[in-house]
Amino acid sequence: AQCFEFPLPCYSSPISFSFINHLVDFSYVGIDAILEQMRRKAMKQGFELNIMVVGQSGLGKSTLMNTLFKSKVSRKSVLATSQEKIPKTIEIKSISHDIEEKGVRMKLTVIDTPGFGDQINNENCWQPIMKFINDQYEAYLQEEININRKKRIPDSRVHCCIYFIPPTGHCLRPLDVEFMKRLSKVVNIVPVIAKADTLTLEERDFFKKKIREELRSNGIDVYPQKEFDEDAEDRMINEKIREMIPFAVVGSDQEYQVNGRRLLGRKTKWGTIEVENIAHCEFAYLRDLLIRTHMQNIKDITSSIHYEMYRVRRLNESNTAVTQANGIPEHHLSAHEM
Amino acid sequence: MVEDEGEGARAVPLSGHVGFDSMPDQLVNKSVNHGFCFNILCVGETGLGKSTLMDTLFNTKFEGEPTQHNQPGVTLKSNTYELQESNVRLKLTMVNTVGFGDQINKEDSYKSIVEFIDAQFEAYLQEELKIKRTLHSYHDTRIHACLYFIAPTGHSLKSLDLVTMKKLDSKVNIIPIIAKSDAISKSELAKFKIKITSELVSNGVQIYQFPTDDESVAEINSTMNSHLPFAVVGSTEEVKIGNKMVKARQYPWGTVQVENENHCDFVKLREMLIRVNMEDLREQTHTRHYELYRRCKLEEMGFKDTDPDSKPFSLQETYEAKRNEFMGELQKKEEEMRQMFVQRVKEKEAELKEAEKELHEKFDRLKKLHQDEKKKLEEKKKALDDEVNTFKQKKTAAELLLNQAQQAGGSTTLKRDKERKKDQSVEGKRGHRLD
Repeated sequence: AQCFEFPLPCYSSPISFSFINHLVDFSYVGIDAILEQMRRKAMKQGFELNIMVVGQSGLGKSTLMNTLFKSKVSRKSVLATSQEKIPKTIEIKSISHDIEEKGVRMKLTVIDTPGFGDQINNENCWQPIMKFINDQYEAYLQEEININRKKRIPDSRVHCCIYFIPPTGHCLRPLDVEFMKRLSKVVNIVPVIAKADTLTLEERDFFKKKIREELRSNGIDVYPQKEFDEDAEDRMINEKIREMIPFAVVGSDQEYQVNGRRLLGRKTKWGTIEVENIAHCEFAYLRDLLIRTHMQNIKDITSSIHYEMYRVRRLNESNTAVTQANGIPEHHLSAHEM
Repeated sequence: MVEDEGEGARAVPLSGHVGFDSMPDQLVNKSVNHGFCFNILCVGETGLGKSTLMDTLFNTKFEGEPTQHNQPGVTLKSNTYELQESNVRLKLTMVNTVGFGDQINKEDSYKSIVEFIDAQFEAYLQEELKIKRTLHSYHDTRIHACLYFIAPTGHSLKSLDLVTMKKLDSKVNIIPIIAKSDAISKSELAKFKIKITSELVSNGVQIYQFPTDDESVAEINSTMNSHLPFAVVGSTEEVKIGNKMVKARQYPWGTVQVENENHCDFVKLREMLIRVNMEDLREQTHTRHYELYRRCKLEEMGFKDTDPDSKPFSLQETYEAKRNEFMGELQKKEEEMRQMFVQRVKEKEAELKEAEKELHEKFDRLKKLHQDEKKKLEEKKKALDDEVNTFKQKKTAAELLLNQAQQAGGSTTLKRDKERKKDQSVEGKRGHRLD
């Protein structure tokens, strides 16, 4: 039995609580029951998550999404026609699914960007994407400033943008740098090295170090951003993650028999790559980061930092300036924006 | 080009463990790190045991001495405390109505309470409307629950109670309590509760209903709903019953145990207020009462929602439009004032000019007068001198005659000659002078 004495701010005298059996001990108030109440409410309401995938075609974006959520959530799997044509301009296609696990319901929206980086001239290819992200912020803002507001404003804001880096093994391409430089200011970017099974471990380490250097030298702050670490504990956890990004991932939605177990993997003549084996690739780290540990944090940063920044900008400007800001000739934009 | 292919999201089965079932935990952890806020307002006449009940509920001694009965009006005193139980930190604010029911004329008693509640909503609204805002670290002072203490008369509600509750029911979650219920016997209590409930219903007072939509708590909540208003007894003193120390009030005829459900409804109140519905109370405050306040306030300020004909208005646009209107009016007023000022200046100038002219004229006139006077004076002087001259000449002539007469007769000629000469020289001089 532990008895706590707390010195409280000037107003009242110290309180003591006992921690023994709640049923018998009458000094238990029951404040901590609020956690249970919150959990119930959250389960009832369900969660929303919006992930955008950006990268050239053929980098395994759809497969990775399917692997992450262990179901056919990507656009390709949904569409009847599997005829894959690279579009002439960048398209933004979003598709939503209701998934449920152990009573927790989630509305997952995957936003695909076919055509990105696939043209001969890729100048300004980030503009339609920036515009989409800002449009979602705008939609939320409009709902928020209504007089008659909905009880729960539908959240279509992009929480996380996974950027696929082709496994060249050398360094980031100018397109990668330009894109991430701009988008890291409006959305949480999680860069991943796609199809990492073409790199040996040494090549992978070298590539990652090179990428981290380039991100640093270009002032690109990817998730988890250093400036948003809340306290020492946060910083410690996030530093470990920052030392590992970008995650070298391999995706697969096919199962193979390995050592008597059925595992997700890619089978080749020289061996089977186990997707969820951290000795083989870093998919598991990505999944843990995105889903199991930092999902709420990603959403919080989107709503309390990126969205608020957008809101400040928007409320300070007039309408015309905003339409200009959405991806149009460089010289019209002011230096600190995009 | 944006296409939304999944308007009605399809349900997709998972073929393995993904891990987002940890989301509620992630959410709860975040809230735990943040801490919680809960604000209770206690409304009731002085001496009904509000402070004691709060002490009993939260198992602690909040500070403060009993208030006097001679307050001129109703004031609200709020105190904030930080409590912690296991890993949950709660910022509890308790607001007391000081002097409620003590005045002779109680018509305005409810006003300060309503003003206080509105002020908290207003503060939150202001924060929400700010451009640079910090909502997630904002200390929410909006009242989440209002415990209304009913005096244990055993008959019915007082008119002050009805009026006050009616004014508060659209602004805050009201939970009516029968205070000091150890003064009422069991049978009287049952009748009292029925009377109170029927009076509330017939007067259209909306009290807080414990939510029954979530199955896990629906049953207990609906049972509790039927026990409202709760008959409570508060005590911070402990009495030994059997081999335990329990909170109780000791009378010569027996001991009322606070936490004994047969004796009073204290345990029910604690269950409902804290252990089961704290979160719902907060949510209702935010989504119902606050939204209502916000809607009314914004409509009052002249904002509108989406106009079907034109583009949706934004607060900023409406504000800009209003501001421009206001500035235009301001400019017009400024112009008017400027015109008026110019006019006045002109008038004043003209007046001054007139005055100046007058002064000049006067000056000229006076000067002329002065010159005239001077001239007259000189003329007079000249006339006088002429007269003097003439007189002198006459005098000389007369003396000469006299002299001639004497010469013909006398000896003192020489003397007279000298005198004559003297006179003549004097006259000559005088004659010079007169010229």
